[in-house]
Amino acid sequence: MHAALIQFIVIPVVKIAVILGVVLLVVAYLTFAERKILAYMQVRLGPNRVGPKGWLQPIADGLKLFVKEDLIPAKAEKAVFLLAPAMIMIPALLAFSVIPFAPATKLFGLLPKAIPPYVTDINIALLFVLGISSIGVYGIILGGWSSNNKFSLMGGLRSAAQMVSYEVPMGFAIIAVLLMARSLSLVQIVKAQQAAHLWFFVPGILALGIYFICGVAETNRNPFDLPEAESELVAGFHTEYSGMKFAFFFLAEYTNMLVVSSLATIMFFGGWLRPFPNVAWLSFLGVVPPVIWFAVKVAGFIFVYMWFRGTFPRYRFDQLMQVGWKWLIPLSLANLVIVGAGVLLVKG
Amino acid sequence: MAFLSAHFVAIVFYVLAVLAVAGGVGVITFKNPVHSALSLLGTFLMVAGLFVLRHAEFLGAVQLLVYAGGIMVLFLFVIMLVNVRRLSPDAAFLSRRAPLAVLSGVVFGALIAFGVLAGSLGHPGGGATALQMVQGHVMGNTEAVGWTLYRHFLVPFEIVSVVLLVAMIGAIIFGRKDAGLEGRGGRMEP
Repeated sequence: MHAALIQFIVIPVVKIAVILGVVLLVVAYLTFAERKILAYMQVRLGPNRVGPKGWLQPIADGLKLFVKEDLIPAKAEKAVFLLAPAMIMIPALLAFSVIPFAPATKLFGLLPKAIPPYVTDINIALLFVLGISSIGVYGIILGGWSSNNKFSLMGGLRSAAQMVSYEVPMGFAIIAVLLMARSLSLVQIVKAQQAAHLWFFVPGILALGIYFICGVAETNRNPFDLPEAESELVAGFHTEYSGMKFAFFFLAEYTNMLVVSSLATIMFFGGWLRPFPNVAWLSFLGVVPPVIWFAVKVAGFIFVYMWFRGTFPRYRFDQLMQVGWKWLIPLSLANLVIVGAGVLLVKG
Repeated sequence: MAFLSAHFVAIVFYVLAVLAVAGGVGVITFKNPVHSALSLLGTFLMVAGLFVLRHAEFLGAVQLLVYAGGIMVLFLFVIMLVNVRRLSPDAAFLSRRAPLAVLSGVVFGALIAFGVLAGSLGHPGGGATALQMVQGHVMGNTEAVGWTLYRHFLVPFEIVSVVLLVAMIGAIIFGRKDAGLEGRGGRMEP
């Protein structure tokens, strides 16, 4: 009983606490990174007052949002208005329950036997993440609707149309990876890339492109940030939100970016594997812990997100729909046929 | 503690089942269509949980992805687009069809009861891994569903997909601009 208690209660709870803490901290610092990177791209300094070189800025922002007055509009649909921020934050965080950051480890010999540092490895992990992130759209739709504000409603409607449209090519792009890995488990997908001596972005370069474009659209980021287009919708679905509830929307956006980037890393760039994992003379790269390789690759995708924001203008809504339905869906279907034929030829 | 670990699955089942039924009741009792839609979403999530509990993980994930993540979003989209805040105050506008509703409910209930009965007679004691067997090997629910659909039921599966395609084309034709609804403000501009 004692051993079971440790194995089924204590270890998972510790893992969940650590992962939640790290993810939230990273997310807070992503906002800082974004402001610094944008400032660099626009030849400004960016935040530099709070702490050395501005490094305490996210903490100050968090405190500010925490103590700010929390307004609920008089005409708002109160129950749904309160529910919406939770409905966007919970799915975003839940996705991290299946994301494998690193293989089973002894933590440099601190533990008696190797335990995996991720919460769980289920054999439908990829579908689970897709499903969970498709639940996240409710936070936006309901937030926009319950605010009882034209602009917010518009933002919510735009978001619904956008997310439903871009989920389809995203799913098709992921199926291409599925064909190559022959498993829905994220751990197995990484191991398949090790076994194939090839990261999947080489055969799946088109799938990677489609996946990442759809990922940007799914997270409502520039150039697909129409749900919150501040020049036309005054911040869209979260216009009426303030204080901590606004912070939830804000953090959920960055958490979702982290989820999309982590999935891209796992599916196309070998997850925690070092570059060229099967080349013997590069084995000195193995001194860097796997979790660092994972973090570096994820950081690369996050940087691309911010790069997009710094360089692209926003699409018009009809252009957004055209890109989704007339370009990405046919392209992802064609890619599926090509990858399928390739898998059939190689593996027989 | 011992009771909890012995009956864990049963406890989870009853919690999920009660919440699913409560969501179903909520759909027909709430006056606000958005609240009804949210209740239905709750039911979908609970049913997904029930699937996972019965080792049908693939079905659970697809339930989440298709019903909760796709269909309900479109429901909400339509509700918000026409912006109904409350149902019409005279609740009598549906009552003429009440006998029909009761009849179809009874028929549907009988069908389900028959299905459960036939299922329990046909496959006695499927066991925990019955939904994960592929040709006698335990592989996984995804693989099992795939093998069953594409080996044993390929023709019905393809026929269903053609029917769905026809329905889709029909919806597009009805929704086209020159179908006659234009000019009455029927054009959608999200």
